Amino acid sequence: MHMKKKRHLVLVGNGMAGARLLEELLERGASETFEITVFGDEPYGNYNRIMLSHVLAGEDGEESIYLNEIGWYAENGIDLRSGVRIVDVDLPAREVIDATGERTGYDVLVIATGSSPHFPPMDGLRREDGSLLPGVSGFRSLDETRAMLEEARSGHHRRAVVIGGGLLGLEAAKGLQNHGLDVTVIHSPAHLMNQQLDAEAGAVLRRSIEDCGISVVTGARTTGVTARTDDGRVSGVVLKDGRVFDADMVVVTAGIRPNTDVGVRAGLVVERGIVVDDQMRCVDQPVSDGGGGQVYALGECAQHRGETYGLVAPLWEQATVLADVLTGSDPDAAYHGSKTSTKLKVAGVDVAAIGQSGPEHPDDEHVVFSDVRRGLYQSVVVRDGRLVGATLLGDTRKSAALQQAFDRGLPLPEQRVELLFDLGSGGGEASVEDLADDAQVCNCNGVTKGDICGAVASGCTSVKGVMDATRAGKGCGSCKEVVSAVVEHAIAAGGGTLTEDASVHWYVPGVPLRKDELVAAIREQHLTSVSAVFAALAPGGAEDAKSKMGLTSLLRTLWPTEFVDERDARFINDRVHANIQRDGTFSVVPQMKGGVTTPEQLRKIADVAEKYGVGMLKVTGGQRIDMLGVKKEDLPKVWADLDMPSGYAYGKSMRTVKTCVGTDYCRFGLGDSTALGIAMEEKFQGLETPAKLKLGVVGCPRNCAEAYVKDIGVVAIGNGKWEVYVGGAAGASVRKADLLATVDSPEAVIQLTGRFIQFYRTWGNWLERTYDFVPRLSIERIRLVLVEDSDGMCAQLDDEIDAACAAYRDPWKEREAPDAPGRFSAPALPLIPLPLVPKRPVGAPGGTPRDLLPTPNPVEIVSPNEEALMAGAQQ
Amino acid sequence: MTTTTTASAAGVRVAALAEIPPGEGRAYAVPTSDGTGMQQVAVFHHRDGHVSAVDAVCPHSGGPLADGQIDSCVVICPLHLNTWDLRTGESTSGQDPVRVHGVEVAPDGSVVVTPA
Repeated sequence: MHMKKKRHLVLVGNGMAGARLLEELLERGASETFEITVFGDEPYGNYNRIMLSHVLAGEDGEESIYLNEIGWYAENGIDLRSGVRIVDVDLPAREVIDATGERTGYDVLVIATGSSPHFPPMDGLRREDGSLLPGVSGFRSLDETRAMLEEARSGHHRRAVVIGGGLLGLEAAKGLQNHGLDVTVIHSPAHLMNQQLDAEAGAVLRRSIEDCGISVVTGARTTGVTARTDDGRVSGVVLKDGRVFDADMVVVTAGIRPNTDVGVRAGLVVERGIVVDDQMRCVDQPVSDGGGGQVYALGECAQHRGETYGLVAPLWEQATVLADVLTGSDPDAAYHGSKTSTKLKVAGVDVAAIGQSGPEHPDDEHVVFSDVRRGLYQSVVVRDGRLVGATLLGDTRKSAALQQAFDRGLPLPEQRVELLFDLGSGGGEASVEDLADDAQVCNCNGVTKGDICGAVASGCTSVKGVMDATRAGKGCGSCKEVVSAVVEHAIAAGGGTLTEDASVHWYVPGVPLRKDELVAAIREQHLTSVSAVFAALAPGGAEDAKSKMGLTSLLRTLWPTEFVDERDARFINDRVHANIQRDGTFSVVPQMKGGVTTPEQLRKIADVAEKYGVGMLKVTGGQRIDMLGVKKEDLPKVWADLDMPSGYAYGKSMRTVKTCVGTDYCRFGLGDSTALGIAMEEKFQGLETPAKLKLGVVGCPRNCAEAYVKDIGVVAIGNGKWEVYVGGAAGASVRKADLLATVDSPEAVIQLTGRFIQFYRTWGNWLERTYDFVPRLSIERIRLVLVEDSDGMCAQLDDEIDAACAAYRDPWKEREAPDAPGRFSAPALPLIPLPLVPKRPVGAPGGTPRDLLPTPNPVEIVSPNEEALMAGAQQ
Repeated sequence: MTTTTTASAAGVRVAALAEIPPGEGRAYAVPTSDGTGMQQVAVFHHRDGHVSAVDAVCPHSGGPLADGQIDSCVVICPLHLNTWDLRTGESTSGQDPVRVHGVEVAPDGSVVVTPA
């Protein structure tokens, strides 16, 4: 029995649809029955076009976007003719014809030529030879992306205009902005991403896009492109209304058009795309062998039931059906069209668009939640009890559930809003009512629901009262909302009424004034010490231990030079300039600006650590070295031997500026983050703030020093530009910082940072981190005040911060003259038997050599002897 | 100046008042009341001039109370911010009490502790 001759399958087009078809065919054993030849006019294997935006943004290299490299084709017995463009098909002869006129015969032909960027008619768009004006580009192919990337990185261009504010246009805009260009998006329809979003969602998206620093113009048609007279390169665009935008680069992303030339020349039925039936077979084709014809089309070039698709999911479904049909693995397979849905991140904003974006019938239910300020928009469209559309912007956590409901037509909750939010016990988090009594609510202080209910039962009627009584919510504070909910529930269950303790609004508990009132009174009465504040403003003039620390911080901020320091008003850390540990010892963290150190510094730290038997040497998250387990009485000697400034790892103050490697060595650095970080740490060292302040500077958006989650984060974006972010957090709460402004120089970064710090010092509540402060005031308002100077207070803030910085004095210099007798002397520690903190085992990482371990039996308590007291008195 | 602690029927002299800055505390070792050993006592010099003394060790987790912040009534432990009333030794944040020791300022300015 002779072997059946293989049929010849020719695939025209080597994009994502073609590639997917090949994979589906191979999976079904098509190499047994078909010889396969693939024509692709790009000189590459096939790549993931969706990832081009990542390449443009500099987030991925182009090598990472290949789906199948050229070698893959040979391995699978596929004849790839890359760089060969098919221009025509001779249907009766069953041959395709390439640009050189060469003919290749086929038994089965699949056309997957994809689509091309649509260039709307614009005066001056093309040169006389029909080519695009230099500097104008589509955003569709790897070549175009490479060219744009090269131009954006060249540093010769400052401004870019993107024509078209759809998905691709916004990706292009963000990508170019990453390279430091000023980008304007000009969109002809009235709102962004009008294909997927309704007007309201488009407005929310617009605000988020503008918040990244990209300008947006909508409802504006671009009618012309202008060129420079000297070199003929693009110089800008002209709108229909006469407005002109300068541009060194123009990217056109005004939609796509199916590539149907081959189909038209072949005489196939072509409307918007090449028309196919449910088996992806071209309709009405000349039939020569009694079958339904052997020419097929799929992907973006194909039109099925009147629809053409520009997203990847439909084309995958088409490829599956066609592979079933061609291989005969399911001859009856049929494609019925795709319900389109998109879930993606466009320019940093999460977007999910499922089905229709808004109501289309009079009886459609449309449930909308919109919070423009937070960049949130969520809506669902329900028809006859079934989900027919959903739009999620800014928060797409519900998209999986909605997609399922949409795809399967699942019954929906009677309360439609539950499609978008977890209400009551319906969601992921159990409601407080369902919590068991022994469920721990506050993990820092080990407080259970039962403890909280107990406090309520014993008479507490306010959240604050319960927090004071149980210390719930008084650790990291991240459980406060749950604590409040449990208190409210417990009080309601007991038939009581929740009261609000007025003191929650006071700056400190012992002085019944809000911060602004307190500041006014302190200024008016010229109160420069904590005891003076108590005497003048506290009820009965009574001092309050819990208020002292906050008042000290405030007075230092208000009176940089006149402040009268009373050490008892300081927390122990600020009295001895070190961080107290659980065994009563202290940690010592020398300043290491920007995380940059030297062999000398490391050697000295090592020597001192050995000399004083430091229990653990630890590299901190803030890029310094922490020497843990130093006895209080050793602190002045340790500082003297180190002879380094304090790193302020203990105070409610500017802690550290974390940096990445910057430009000296890094291959990717766009700005010298290391030098800037060092300059910032030097400028703001030791500054007291309402709560600790952590800074970071990174040399590119790869964010190696986590600037996006710092209280203040600075990101180099190239061309000398820096983004300044504020209000980030990566502690008990995690929050990405908000972009305050993009500035042009390191000096401008330092100025804006100083302005923000002083603003925070002035208006921040005691212990209020920037991640609460910034949302409380809103980034928009802060930007108005600090960048646009809407309140005319910038000059004063700048002066105040400079005065505060000038008052800096290294606290570790106090070793030479302590402020009080016995400041660093103590009766022999430990107070209770050590080790409370076990020593690291000898030889283990962080372990101490045996001969350096402190003397055994450190439990013995000795009387302070004469020498020790004399030493203390003399210091 | 005398710097050793001296036990007597009236109590133990631990320091001169001037050695404890106003509003602060210091810890001293004094004999236990039964005279069999030593214990640490935190002595506080309040801003209004009076003195108080309690156990130096916080019963919650061994914090050094002498390093805590005070007002005329309470001390706050520096480790976890628990509070104790210096007059009664009772905790105002739900912890076990501390012992209150007798303490007074002698006419010569000495601080004298009478262990409880």
